[in-house]
Amino acid sequence: MTRANVILLVLLVVCALSLVTSRHQSRKLFAELEREQALTRKYDIEYGQLQIEQSTWAMPTRVEKIAREQLRMQLPGAGRIEVMGEARP
Amino acid sequence: MRALAQSPVRLPQLRAPLVFGTLLLLFVALLGRSLFLQRFDNAFLQEQGSSRYSRDIEVPAHRGRIVDRFGEPLAISTPVKAVWAWPEKMDATPEQLRALATALELPLATLTRKLADGSEFVYLKRPVAPDAAERVAALQIKGVHDETEYWRYYPGGEVMSQIVGFTGDHDIGQEGIELAQQSWLGGKPGSRRVIINRRGEIVEDVASIRAPQEGRDLALAIDSRLQYLAFRELKAAIDANRAKAGALVILDATTGEIVALANLPAYNPNNRSRAARDRMRNRALTDTFEPGSSMKPFTIAAALDAGRLTPSTIIDTAPGTLTIGTATIHDAHREGALTVEQVIQKSSNVGAAKIALSLSPATMWQTLSDAGFGVTPQTGFPGEVGGRLRPAKSWRPIEQATMAYGHGISVNLVQLARAYTVFAGDGELKPVSLLKVDAPGAGRPVVKPETARAVRHMLEMVVLPGGTAPKAQVAGYRVAGKTGTAHKLDGKSYSESQYIASFVGFAPVSNPRLIVAVMIDEPGAGQYYGGAVAAPVFSSVMGAALRLLSVPTDAPMNNVILPPDVPDVREET
Repeated sequence: MTRANVILLVLLVVCALSLVTSRHQSRKLFAELEREQALTRKYDIEYGQLQIEQSTWAMPTRVEKIAREQLRMQLPGAGRIEVMGEARP
Repeated sequence: MRALAQSPVRLPQLRAPLVFGTLLLLFVALLGRSLFLQRFDNAFLQEQGSSRYSRDIEVPAHRGRIVDRFGEPLAISTPVKAVWAWPEKMDATPEQLRALATALELPLATLTRKLADGSEFVYLKRPVAPDAAERVAALQIKGVHDETEYWRYYPGGEVMSQIVGFTGDHDIGQEGIELAQQSWLGGKPGSRRVIINRRGEIVEDVASIRAPQEGRDLALAIDSRLQYLAFRELKAAIDANRAKAGALVILDATTGEIVALANLPAYNPNNRSRAARDRMRNRALTDTFEPGSSMKPFTIAAALDAGRLTPSTIIDTAPGTLTIGTATIHDAHREGALTVEQVIQKSSNVGAAKIALSLSPATMWQTLSDAGFGVTPQTGFPGEVGGRLRPAKSWRPIEQATMAYGHGISVNLVQLARAYTVFAGDGELKPVSLLKVDAPGAGRPVVKPETARAVRHMLEMVVLPGGTAPKAQVAGYRVAGKTGTAHKLDGKSYSESQYIASFVGFAPVSNPRLIVAVMIDEPGAGQYYGGAVAAPVFSSVMGAALRLLSVPTDAPMNNVILPPDVPDVREET
């Protein structure tokens, strides 16, 4: 009888201690999760800002200006276009 | 020891009960106190306790992005700072003020003026980039604070301005799609209760008080490249013709999506402090105009469909005038006997009026109404109008005759472009959409397929030599369309000097992909015919758009035949 009680007591203590540790572990992990989520938000914001930046650089107005003025590109006239593909009857 | 044991001390008789009683009393007091705390002060204590470890925190939700059909961003929200101050509580040395001005990138004079204007609370600058706001915070000036807010950026600028619209304070849509789709785009911030440890880290989620609702992204049907192209060409045409305003719509002929919608004058949505209200209007959807001759194909289609005539029926338009009651209709140029095809090609008012008068008002009304005239195009755009098509019962003959060539009826440009889906397709009117659609909506039959094909052929003749719009031709593609030149209404009568020039057409004729409608308001550089003002815009936009979309050519590259020495065939409606 006493033996059983002692075993149960030890079991109880072990369980109680493991509860404490796992609780602590879970809180630590949760704090980590929170940090990661904050990072996600931060990166989301950064992504949005980069998208804005990218589309500002890639504005057709700007691209066209550079193509025309710096690279001296121009659209070929209709006479200088040759259409490839299936032979026309 | 023994002596003590032998003579026991006799305690006073009351001592034990007294001690016992006192202790009991203390216990009762303790019990009472605890009962009291448990019973009456419970709520207060619970709150005090939980405030030591739990917090309610706001969960931000931001507004959804607006993107074009390929996912290119047209409107994005990003958090920025707003720097504000309480001038009365401020206590800054001149050096600090100078540093503040530098950090905010404001001239010192502007800063001091803002601080001295007498108000209790003043925004020094908004938006401020987060890193600049950090530099401001580092100065630690008393009475200067910042707060986070979402700012909406529009990378498309003025090119997209009237479609996308903009948001006002608190990220709420005010114009355009931003207003129309507020409930879809708008996010609702939530809040949750958490447990924090002594370092302020969140260690446990207790409950979500209000789940945040993130704004959803919205894909428009707009193709940024075509939109830019449309805007650029429209701007060039308006500058060259010294016009007051203009609009251009590109529809996908197969799905009915609005792939480009340009309006001028425009404004910059990122900096709209000086933008006039007038520039914010999306003319193509909110303004109506009398279309002029671009209405003729519908009259002809109604007559063909009713079996009244065939494309080769001869209509006598001599002597170029037609008198109905007290009013007389004129042609801009005299022709004799014309086939129905030529009535469209030469844009004869008299011919169109005669054809209209051969129809009953109810038949003509039905075709026009089925083609979407007088009905809003249902794009969901705020302020969209449906134009005016009066009920057939009230038509007098002269009105029926003028309506045949687009006077006495009003439309908006999107409606007009949409009506041409009837001819681009096989007689079906397609629904239009500003939003990207996965599957094209079901069309509604308006005229028989063979009627649509016959009218399509007539519309192709318009751009060929002898028609009113040879300048609408595109190298490598067969195009079809119709010009319109309408006198503007000036009060109750028609103006003699103000016109609206328009052109609506589609290409490639063998398998129509795009419909382009151009409207130029009050061209003021001498030319005002649709064929001279609007057709070249159509040609350059259509040609570039088809090449951009890699649409296979259906004509040789040298197909454009401009009659250089022959004067343009004119039309006066």
